[in-house]
Order: sequence, then structure tokens, then C-alpha cells
Amino acid sequence: MLEIRNLHASVEGKEILRGVDLTVRAGEVHSIMGPNGSGKSTLAQVLAGRETYEVTEGAILFDGQNLLEMEPDERALAGVFLAFQYPVEIPGVTTNYFLRAALNAKRKHLGEEEVDAVDFLSLVKEKAAWVKIDPALLNRGINESFSGGEKKRNEILQMAVLEPKLAVLDETDSGLDIDALKIVADGVNRMRSQSRAFVVVTHYQRLLNYIVPDYVHVLVGGRIAQSGGKELAFKLEEQGYAWVEKEPAAAGAR
Amino acid sequence: MTVAVKERAATPFVGEFDAFEKKASAAGPGWLMPIRKAAIARFAEVGIPTTRDEDWRYTNVSGIAKRGFRMRTGAAPAVQASEIEPFVIGVAAGVRLVFVNGAFSAALSRCPSAGKGVAVGSLTEALKNGSAWVHEHLTHWARYQAFPFAALNTAFMEDGAVVHVPRGVVVESPIEIVHLTTAGDAGSVNYPRTLIVAEAQSQVTVTETYAGLNGSYFNDVVTEIVAGESAVVDYYKVVRERPGAFHVGLLHVQQHRSSTFTAHTSVLGEATVRNNVTAVMDGEGCDCTLNGMGMMEGDGLVDNHLRVEHAKPHCRSWEYYKAILDGRSRGVFTGRIVVSEGAQKTDAKQTNMNLILSDEALADSKPQLEIFADDVKCTHGATIGQIDGDAIFYLRSRGMSAAAARSLLVYAFASESLNQIRVPALRTCLERLVLDRLPGGRALGAVA
Ligand SMILES: Nc1ncnc2c1ncn2[C@@H]1O[C@H](COP(=O)(O)OP(=O)(O)OP(=O)(O)O)[C@@H](O)[C@H]1O
Ligand SMILES: [Mg+2]
Repeated sequence: MLEIRNLHASVEGKEILRGVDLTVRAGEVHSIMGPNGSGKSTLAQVLAGRETYEVTEGAILFDGQNLLEMEPDERALAGVFLAFQYPVEIPGVTTNYFLRAALNAKRKHLGEEEVDAVDFLSLVKEKAAWVKIDPALLNRGINESFSGGEKKRNEILQMAVLEPKLAVLDETDSGLDIDALKIVADGVNRMRSQSRAFVVVTHYQRLLNYIVPDYVHVLVGGRIAQSGGKELAFKLEEQGYAWVEKEPAAAGAR
Repeated sequence: MTVAVKERAATPFVGEFDAFEKKASAAGPGWLMPIRKAAIARFAEVGIPTTRDEDWRYTNVSGIAKRGFRMRTGAAPAVQASEIEPFVIGVAAGVRLVFVNGAFSAALSRCPSAGKGVAVGSLTEALKNGSAWVHEHLTHWARYQAFPFAALNTAFMEDGAVVHVPRGVVVESPIEIVHLTTAGDAGSVNYPRTLIVAEAQSQVTVTETYAGLNGSYFNDVVTEIVAGESAVVDYYKVVRERPGAFHVGLLHVQQHRSSTFTAHTSVLGEATVRNNVTAVMDGEGCDCTLNGMGMMEGDGLVDNHLRVEHAKPHCRSWEYYKAILDGRSRGVFTGRIVVSEGAQKTDAKQTNMNLILSDEALADSKPQLEIFADDVKCTHGATIGQIDGDAIFYLRSRGMSAAAARSLLVYAFASESLNQIRVPALRTCLERLVLDRLPGGRALGAVA
């Protein structure tokens, strides 16, 4: 589904991703861990098409399409979803309004009929219940004066409504208490399917108790330094990242 | 009458006064002529402001003198009901007064009795009938000495809307006033004058729309509002003048004890628009809210110039002005808050936000606080910025096109101001006007 080859990206002339290789197949969950500033969010943002980051080398294929040639909205319509590490507050646009516009843009793209206000409200109510968001919040400005946890749950709600093929979750667990973490993980697990893939960026092995990954990758200095199964996350939790930085890159991240 | 003209630019306007004086003396009333004369003398003295005046630094009105706008003679050209349709708010019931080139049009107006002793009608009529309340209030409040264009209006005004709400009466439906200009080729000037008097414990909502059908023109406008003790007055102004037109207005509101006044001023388009507002809270416990939304393009300019006077203790004022500036347009905001000695427990808040959409658009924002009391809460804040790139990316990452995301963010910025409009029909009308100006805006509206 997703194939990243030798990806290099820089911001303001500073190279941040220095040759990332990653292959994700439908149905898989990949976790990306790594120290602060190692480039995890950069990778996530590059996947979503943020222009701030300049891709200087490499390729990204998504369902065989050249992702790097697509606009951010085209990527979204093709099925890429990014749950932001720092969701943006947009006063004056309600989540309900925005999410319905986004859903209809997608349906239009797929040649499906648009949802009317009534059907949309019942859909959003159902999904809001998954992530335990009070539907009244959705009539406020997007993320406007939401708590940190509400913002993260709102990202998962949007994912649940838009039903992407590939969901990239950038530290959706950070700053959540254990109850909120379970809610978020539960939302993700309900979405897991043979036709959908996840890339879960996290600092903590804790999340991976609830969203069990098929693969764990360690990003260090803009490169994938280690890849393995979920046991790798335990090792990182116990020993930190220092040992990874010393060892040469494992035989190719898959 | 001979008046000494000190400012050359004022000459053509002052020159029209002699002929006007003869006509106006015949029409009466007698008490008004000395005031007109004092006003024209004042205007002759100060003339048309230039950008050397601190209060007009960013707003160039030299075109008003250069274009040679003249008072219109003869009857206004016929205007069809269908021509005013785009400019009416569409409040189903209630009074609608329509003025064409400053003169009341009975044919276009809708004047069911407002009932309960409420007087609504044309100023010309009210002056003819010698209404005591008109005599008591007209020209009494708006400070023509301080505002040259208000002096000019005071000298030349003939018609406009008058509203009188007796003590304790609540007027249910908003009263709609529409000023339409059809100037034709020869540039002309209008002096519409509105007087709204809400006696103690009364309640009324008035909307005034200024719009142009064609031509180049200058609307020199004064609206005087008196809110009696514990009265509640909502006032809405919508300016949709023609591109290149000039609109200079003075809104003066005089508030008595415990009264509540709320104004919302919307300006759209490519005209040069200056809105002076003077709000005087001359009683304890007053509440004054002044809101505004400007959406300018081309060479348009919106200049909101506020003076809020806290004359007595325990008053609250709130100002929230926003401008969206595209093309080569300009937004100017000056917010003066004056807290008199003894006006303790004043609570004043002022916010001005500008959204710049093009490289050539500009905004200037200036708070001016004059505080002579010590126990007051006074805050102000101004922002001038562009559309947030992070927000655009967030919306696009969910599948919205770049154009739709941009339009949605502009609309959101405007809607925070429009949401404060409490006449649903007017709010809907303005939302549509904003959406119509945005690429793909109609489609955005359809989702709402
Ligand atoms: N827009 C930007 N402008 C300048 N530098 C940036 C920008 N975005 C990222 N960087 C820099 O790139 C490096 C990688 O940042 P990135 O956010 O990708 O790391 P991360 O792995 O997500 O870190 P964290 O765990 O703290 O979220 C950091 O040194 C950061 O300062
Ligand atoms: Mg990060």
C-alpha cells in the first residue's frame, strides 16, 4: 500500500530525513518510535503533503501512485489520513461543518452521493460515541478551547468518519491519561481491517499494549535504525535509545 | 448669509448654502435655521479634512472636493421595487422606510402602523408636523463642531428616517431603513439624517442599509440615537456603496442610566467608507457594544473611528471590529476610550482584528485610551495577520481543496463577527454577501 524509498527531506536547508525506507502493506500496523527531534513528525507531515518540508531525494508510492506529485487534498481523497501531533484550532468553523464538507468531498471524489445533514448527524453521533466526545463539542470551532485529550480524540473521530486507507497517527497518545488512551486505542482497533493500514508514531510502549503493532521501527537521526516486532518496543522502553544509535542499521526496515 | 471660507476645498459646498437657505427657510421649522447657519459656518472654518489631520491620516477624502459633488435638484429618478430588492434584508413583517437619493419614497416603503404610539416616518414630514420630540433631540447630540462632515450634514439635511418609541413600549419587529443612491453621471451628494429616540424602558431594533445603484456620489450621513433610562436599542448599519463612492457617517448615541446599546456595522465593497461613532454613556450602569465587520476589495477603504465616553461609573463598553482586506484595500481602526474623572468601575474592552488577503492590502490600528479615573478595567488588543498556513494545511489534509480551505477560513473570520447579529434575516443576508465574495463560497454555504 505504502512504499517509501530512500526518502530525504529538509526544512530551511537543514536535512531532517536522511534516507528513510519503509514498506507498509494493507492490514498492517507499523509503529515508529524514536527520540525527540529524530524526524518522526517530519515523516508524518511529508506523507500528508506539507509544503514546509522539501523532499530532496527518494520516492513515495501509495497504491502505486506517486504520492509526492499529489496535493495534500488529493492525498486525503486517495485515502491518506494524518492525525496531527498538534491539531490546529480553527475558531469560526465547527467540526460538524468541516467534517461534513470533508466527507462530501471524499464521496464526490469516489462518485458517491453526498450525505445530507440528517444522515451526517447520525453518523457523526455514532462515531463520537466511539471516542466519547460530547456531540455538543462538535458545534464549537474546530478544536477551539478543547483540552489536549479532546483534541486527540477529535482526530480519531475524524479518522473514523473519513475511513482512510492509510492512517498516520502522530503521537495521538501523548498527554493522555490511561482512560483517554484506552478510548483512543479502542477507536483505532475498531478501524483495523484487512484493507486498512496504520502508521503509529509514539514515544511510549504503553500505547502499544492497546494497539498491538505488527512491526516496530526506530527512527534515529532521520533514518530507520532498527526494525523488529513488538518486542522491540519493550527493549526500547527498558533500555532507551542509546544502544540503537550505536548499532548499525538492522537489515533493512520492511 | 455670508460665511468666511477658510478652507478652499470647502468653497463649493459652502457656495450651495445661500440657495439652500431660501428653500429651507420656507419649509421651516424656524428653530432649525440658526443651527444650520452655525453648522455651515463651522464647516467653512474647518473645511474638508486632509491627511495632515491626525484623525484622517490614513483616509484620503480629497476626492470629495475634487469630484465636485453637488446637491441634487429636481425629483429623484424613478426606482422600481425590483431594484431595491437586492438591498432589503427580508424581515417579513414590520416597517420598511426607503429613501432614494436622500428623499423618502412612499411608493417603495412599507409603513404599517408600528402601534403603541410608536412614530416612524420621514424627517421632512416630522419637521412639517412640528413633532416636539424632534425639536427636543434633532441636532442636539451629534457634535457637528467636532466633525466637519457632520456640520455639513447639519447645514443641508432635509430628509431621513425618524423613530420615536414611547416610554415602556417594546417594538417587536426590526425597523428597516434603506438608503438607495442612483447618482447617474453627474456626481451628487446626499445628506441623509436619522433620529432614533427610545424613551425610558422601551426597546427597539433598527437597521440602516446604504447602497448604490449607479454613478459616483458622496453620502454624508448622520444618525442620532437617544437611549432613555433602561432602554434597549439595537442598531445595525450595512454599507454597500458603489465602487468609488464616498460614505462618511457619524453615529452618535446618547445613553441614559442603565440603558443598553448594541451596534453592528458591516461594510462591503470598494467604496471609501468612514464610520465615526461617538457613544456617550451619561448615566450609571450603561452597557455599550460596538461591533463591526468590513470586507473590502479593489481600492476600497473602511475606516472605523470610535469614541466611547465613560462619563459615569459602572458602565461597560465592548468593541469588536474585524476587517478582511483584499486587493489594494485598506482598513483603518481608531478606538478612543475616554474614562472621565469619577467614572469608577469602568469596564472597557476593545478588539480589532485584520485579515490581509493580498500583498497590497494594508491595515492600521490604533487604540487611544484617555483614563482619568483610577478604578477601571480597560483592555485593548489588535491583530493584523494573514491566513494561517497551518490551518489551511489541516483542512486540506482532510480533503478540502486549497481554494475551499482558504474561503472557509475567511468566512470563519467573518462569521465570528456576523454571529453577533441578532436579527436572523440580516445575519443570513450578510453571510450570503460574504460567501458570494469568496471563490467557491456558494458551495461552502450549501454545507451549512
Ligand atoms: N518547520 C520546521 N522548521 C524548522 N525546523 C523544523 C521544522 N519542523 C521540524 N524541524 C526540526 O526538525 C527536526 C525533527 O523534527 P520532528 O518534529 O520531525 O521530530 P520528532 O521526531 O517528531 O520529535 P518529537 O518527538 O519531539 O515530536 C527537529 O530538529 C526540529 O527542530
Ligand atoms: Mg513529533
